[in-house]
Amino acid sequence: MATLKELSHKKELLSGGHRACAGCTEPIAVRQILMATDTPIVVCCPTGCLEVTTTIFPYTAWRMPWIHSAFENAAATISGVETGYKALKKRGKIDKEIKFIAIGGDGGTYDIGFQALSGAMERGHNMVYICLDNEAYMNTGIQRSSATPKGAHTTTSPAGKVIPGKKTFRKDLSACIAAHNVPYVAQSIPSMWKDLTNKVQKALAVNGPAFINVLVPCRLGWGFPPEKAIEIGREAVNSCFWPLYEVENGEWKLTYKPKEKTPVKDWLKSQVRFKHLFRPENESILQEIQTEVDHNWERLQKLCEFSAGVV
Amino acid sequence: MRLTKTGNEAMAEAMRQINPDVVAAYPITPATEIVQIFASFVADGLVDTEFIAVESEHSAMSACIGACAAGARTMTSTASQGLALMWEMLYIASGLRLPIVLAEVNRSLSSPINIHCDHSDTMGARDAGWIQIFCENAQEAYDSLIQAVRIAEESLLPIMVTTDGFIISHGMETMELIEDKEVKTFIGEYEPKYTVLDIDNPITMGAIDFTDYYFEHKRQTIEAMRNSKEIIAKVNQKFGAKFGRHYGFFEEYKLEDADIAIVVLGSTAGTSKVVIDELRQKGIKAGLLKLRVFRPFPVQEIAQILSRIPCVAVMDRSDSLNASGGPVWTEIRSALYDFNTRPKMINYIYGLGGRNIGLEMLRSVFEDLKNILKTDKIDKQIQYLGMRK
Repeated sequence: MATLKELSHKKELLSGGHRACAGCTEPIAVRQILMATDTPIVVCCPTGCLEVTTTIFPYTAWRMPWIHSAFENAAATISGVETGYKALKKRGKIDKEIKFIAIGGDGGTYDIGFQALSGAMERGHNMVYICLDNEAYMNTGIQRSSATPKGAHTTTSPAGKVIPGKKTFRKDLSACIAAHNVPYVAQSIPSMWKDLTNKVQKALAVNGPAFINVLVPCRLGWGFPPEKAIEIGREAVNSCFWPLYEVENGEWKLTYKPKEKTPVKDWLKSQVRFKHLFRPENESILQEIQTEVDHNWERLQKLCEFSAGVV
Repeated sequence: MRLTKTGNEAMAEAMRQINPDVVAAYPITPATEIVQIFASFVADGLVDTEFIAVESEHSAMSACIGACAAGARTMTSTASQGLALMWEMLYIASGLRLPIVLAEVNRSLSSPINIHCDHSDTMGARDAGWIQIFCENAQEAYDSLIQAVRIAEESLLPIMVTTDGFIISHGMETMELIEDKEVKTFIGEYEPKYTVLDIDNPITMGAIDFTDYYFEHKRQTIEAMRNSKEIIAKVNQKFGAKFGRHYGFFEEYKLEDADIAIVVLGSTAGTSKVVIDELRQKGIKAGLLKLRVFRPFPVQEIAQILSRIPCVAVMDRSDSLNASGGPVWTEIRSALYDFNTRPKMINYIYGLGGRNIGLEMLRSVFEDLKNILKTDKIDKQIQYLGMRK
C-alpha cells in the first residue's frame, strides 16, 4: 500500500477545472479511486453530477478514456466495453492490461440502474462498480432516492406540515450486492483516503465483479458549509450511520471500528436537510433513526463474527 | 450452396459467417431463435465471438454500445417490445456513431399483447438514426445482414435488417448460402478510428452538449444518414457483382408501364407479385414498388418513379396513430409533393397483429385502384384491409 506522500506524486487523472460545487466530495473520491492503481483504466459514468460537471463539451476533465451512454446503464455499458476488450484481446488485436470501472451516483445505481447493475454483477464481468452515494438525486435538484435516509428533506420528500421528510429508511444496497455473491463488496468514504484507496486496489485485483459503495457528502443537498465536507463524512462513520466494511469472498469484515460510537443526532444536526427533525414534535423520528443505526451496527458486527467462523 | 432455412436460421447463419467480436442479446419472440442458434454456435466453437446473455434488451443495446465503443464488431437481435425497450439506446448508438448491426424481426407492439407480425416496432424506431432495411424473404435477409456490416462501418451509423415475424422468421425457404471465406473477404476487417481502449490517446465519449454544440453534433448524424445512401448503393453494387444477387433501395416489379401500382415493405411483396402476374395475364397494367431501404428514405428516386403512375396504393403494416394514415403513406405522399404529375393515392392499413394478407385481399386492392382510375374518384383515402367490420 502506497503512502500519502507517494500517492501525491502520481499524475492526477481527473484534472482541475471541472465544474463540481465547492466542497463536493465526488472529485475528491474520484481522485483517490484513480490513484489506487497504475494499471490503465477506462471509466464509464451514468448520467449524474460527476458526468455533467466533468465533460461539458468541448472540455473534459478526464485524462483517460471515459464513456457515458445513459442514466440507468453504466453497469451494462461497461460490461460491453469489458467484453469488447476481452474479445479483442482473444483475437490478438490488443495486448495491454486494462481495468474497467463504472462510477455512478445513488440514483443511477440504487434506483433506475439497479437492474443493469444486478445483471452485470451476476454475469461476472471483470469490472468494478463504484457508487458515489450522496443520498439523493443531487444533479436534478435534490430529489429523494432509495438511498435517502429516513427523515431527510428533499424536493420530492419535503418536510411539510403533515409529512416530516422521507418516510422510509434507506435501501441497504451494499448488502444487496453482497447477496449476489460477487468476490468483493465494500463500503468506504473519501474522508478516510487510505480505507478507500485500499479497497479500490482490492476490488481491481479480484477476477470478476466488485462493488464499492462510497458515501460522498453533498454540501448543497445536505446543507453544510463547503469546508466541512470531509469532517461530516467522518462523523457519518463514527456514528456508525455509515460503517466501513468489506465482504471478501463471502467474509464480512469491519475495516474501521470507531473508538467511541457518537450519537447519530449530532451528525444529523450538522445538516440542513434534517433541521425539521429537531422540532419537539419530531423527536420520535430522531429516536427511530438512532434505533435503526444501532440495530444495523449490531447486525453488521454479528455478521462479521459469524462469517469469520464460517468462511 | 443451396439449403433450406427459416428466416431466423438464415440470420443466425449470416451472424456465424460474420463472426462478430461481441454479441449482446436478450431473447424475444419471434427473434429468440436467432440468439439461441447463435449461442449454440458459440458453445460449439463455430465462432469465437464473446456472447453476453444480458438481463434485458435495454442492457443488450447498452452493452453493444460499450463493446462497439471499445472497437469491437458488434451485433444483436431483437423484436417488438425488445426494440421498444432499446429505444432510448438506439438514439445513443447513432449519436455516438457506432456501427452496430441488429437483426430485427418485425412484430406488433403491446397493448394488446400480440406476438405476430406487423411493422409497428421497426416503424417506432424509424427516427432513431438507424439505417433500416426491410426484407422480402430469408435470402434477402441473409444477403442484407452481410451487406449491413459494411454499410454500417463505412457510414458510421448503426443498421437494422428486418424480417417479418413468423412469416419469414419461422417460414422455411430454399436459399443460397455464400462460402464462409467469401463472406469474410467481403466484410473485411473492422478498423475503428477511435476507441475507448486507446489508453495512449484517451477520448471522452458521450460528453454533455449544451445549446452551443448539440445542434451541430446532431447535424453530423443527419449528414451521415444522407451520405449513407451512396454507401448503401456502393455495397449493393459490390455484393451484386460478387454474388450475383442485386438489390437496390427498392425493387420495381412491372412498374415501367403500370397504370395501377402498390407500394409494400417486407414479405407482402412476394404475395403481391403473384397477384400482379395474374393481372398482367389479363392485360391489366399492374405493378409493384417494394421498398427495401426505409432509412435513409430514398425520397427523390421513389417520387420520380411514382409520379408517372396514375394510381397508387400505399400498404402500411402499421399505423402512425396520427389519425391520418400509416408511416409509409405519409412519407410517400410528402415525397410526391414537388412533382407536377402525381398519382391518385390511397392508403391501406393491413395485417396488424399478424392478420393474414392473402391473394384475395391484394386482388381487392387492385380492383379498388382500377375503379379509381376509371371514375377518378376516391371514396375513402385511408382504409383498413382485412378487418372485421
